Amino acid sequence: MAVETVASAVSASTDFGPAVALSCRECGERFPLGPIFACEACFGPLEVAYEFPSGDPEGLRRRIEAGPTSIWRYAPLLPVPADVAAKPNLNPGFTKLVKADRLARELGVTGGLHVKDDSGNPTHSFKDRVVAIAVEAARNFGLTTLSCSSTGNLAGAVGAAAVRAGFRSCVFIPHDLEAGKVVMAAVYGGELVGIEGTYDDVNRFCSELIGDPIGEGWGFTNVNLRPYYGEGSKTLAYEICEQLGWRLPDNIVIPIASGSQLTKIDKGLQELVKLGLVEDKPYRIYGAQAEGCSPVSTAFKAGHDVVRPQKPNTIAKSLAIGNPADGPYVLDIARRTGGAVEDVNDEQIVDAIKLLARTEGIFAETAGGVTIGVLRKLIETGQLDPADETVAINTGDGLKTLDAVAPTTGPTAIIRPTLDSFREAGLA
Amino acid sequence: MSVNVRIPTILRTYTGGQAEVTAEGSTLSEVIASLEQNHPGISARVLDDQGKLRRFVNVYVNDDDVRFDSGLATATPDGAGVSIIPAVAGG
Repeated sequence: MAVETVASAVSASTDFGPAVALSCRECGERFPLGPIFACEACFGPLEVAYEFPSGDPEGLRRRIEAGPTSIWRYAPLLPVPADVAAKPNLNPGFTKLVKADRLARELGVTGGLHVKDDSGNPTHSFKDRVVAIAVEAARNFGLTTLSCSSTGNLAGAVGAAAVRAGFRSCVFIPHDLEAGKVVMAAVYGGELVGIEGTYDDVNRFCSELIGDPIGEGWGFTNVNLRPYYGEGSKTLAYEICEQLGWRLPDNIVIPIASGSQLTKIDKGLQELVKLGLVEDKPYRIYGAQAEGCSPVSTAFKAGHDVVRPQKPNTIAKSLAIGNPADGPYVLDIARRTGGAVEDVNDEQIVDAIKLLARTEGIFAETAGGVTIGVLRKLIETGQLDPADETVAINTGDGLKTLDAVAPTTGPTAIIRPTLDSFREAGLA
Repeated sequence: MSVNVRIPTILRTYTGGQAEVTAEGSTLSEVIASLEQNHPGISARVLDDQGKLRRFVNVYVNDDDVRFDSGLATATPDGAGVSIIPAVAGG
C-alpha cells in the first residue's frame, strides 16, 4: 500500500540515473523514489537502492577519470541524471588528498598519512557534496524551496546552492551558532531563521514543519531529501580511493555528527569493491566525537548497540548532535571493520587544529580538530596501528570557527618598526 | 488525563489524515494504548515487538525528549502536548 501512495506523488519524468528505489535500512521494505525519508512500516531510515551496470570495471574507471573534476565524475554511481553536470549546481568535490608527511612524523605514523581536505569545497565544507545531490532530487521532484536544519555548515551550503540552482531558500539554525557560520549562511540572501534551542530542537521543529501544509513544496535537504543527500558523502570514499590510485586505505578517521557521513563512506567503499573498481581488502573505520557531545563513543566504549542521547556542550558545534540518528549504524560499522569510536575534549580539539595548521598548512574548523585529535589519541592508546596507511577527513575550513583558536593564537610580538625593536623582542 | 498528540505524516493513515488527535493516559505508555484503541494498528508502528519505542522514533512530551526522561513511563500531565517524530539527522 505504501508503494502506491508514494508513487502517485512523484512525476513519471524523474531521472535518478542508476537509482531504482528507496529501501528501508531496518526492515528492507522498498518504496518508489520520492521525497520521503522514513519507512512507513518501522520508521527506519530510507536509503537509495541502485541497479549498477555489472562487468567492465575498466570501462567504468576510464569513464570516471574522463569526467569533470567534481563529484559529477561519479554520476554513474549517484542518484542523479547522466547529464547532471550541465545543470546549474555548485559542482563540489574532487578536493585535495594531502599527503601529510610532517603530521605523520609528529604522530609517529609510518604507514602513510593523508588528509582529505574538504575545506576546498565551494562553501568550505563537505556539506556542498550532500547538498548538490539534494538539489538534483529537489529539481526532479519539482520542489520550489530548499531548506534544512543546520549546525551552520549546511545552512551555508544550502543558501549558496539554492541561489545557483534557482530555488528559494529558508534554513533553520540554533540561534547561538559561531558568528562566522551565521554570516556564511546569511550572505547568500535566503531566509535564515535562528531557533531558540539546540540543534536537536531545530531538527524537531523542521520535522514538524514538513508535516504541516506550510511545508508543502519544501525540500529539506536533511529531512525529506535525506536519502539522496546522504549519498553525496559516498563521493568522499570514491575520491579517496581514486586519488590513492584506485585502492582502499587501511584506516579512515571520520568525524561523527549524525553519523551519516561515516555510514555513507562505508557504503561507498563497499560499492567500489562490488563494482570491481578497487581490490577487496580489510579496512577499518574510526569515528571521532567531541567529549562534550559523545553519545556514539560512549556507547561504543560501553559495548552498547543503542545510543543514549546527550545534551551537547562542546566548541565543536558542527558535531553537536546529541541524538544522532545514524549512531547505531556507526557502532555496527566500527565493530564490523575492527575500528573504534573515540572522543577528545575541547582543549585537545584546539591543540589538534593548531597541530594540523603548523604541520600541513591546513586550517581546519573544530570538527577537523576533533578528527585529528582523535587520530592522535587512537595512536597513543594503541587503537590504530601507526604502520597502517591512514586517511583523516577534514570536513571544513577554520575560518568558520575562528573563536575556537583566537584566544590562544595571535602575533608573536608587537614591535616598533625598527631593527632594534626586532632584536629586543628576541626575534633576530 | 487528556493529552494532544501530534501525528507524523507517515502515521496519518491511521488517524484519517488528522495531524493532531486527543488521547487519554497519565503516562506515555497509557497514551499509546489509548491511541491504539481509537486508531488500531498505530501502536505497532511506534513500538517494537518487545513493546519498546522503536529506535528511529522520537517522542516528546511538552518539548522534552522522553529518552531523557522515563521513556514510556514518562508522565503525561493533563493537557500535555505529545509529539511523535521520525528520527532525522543532518548537521
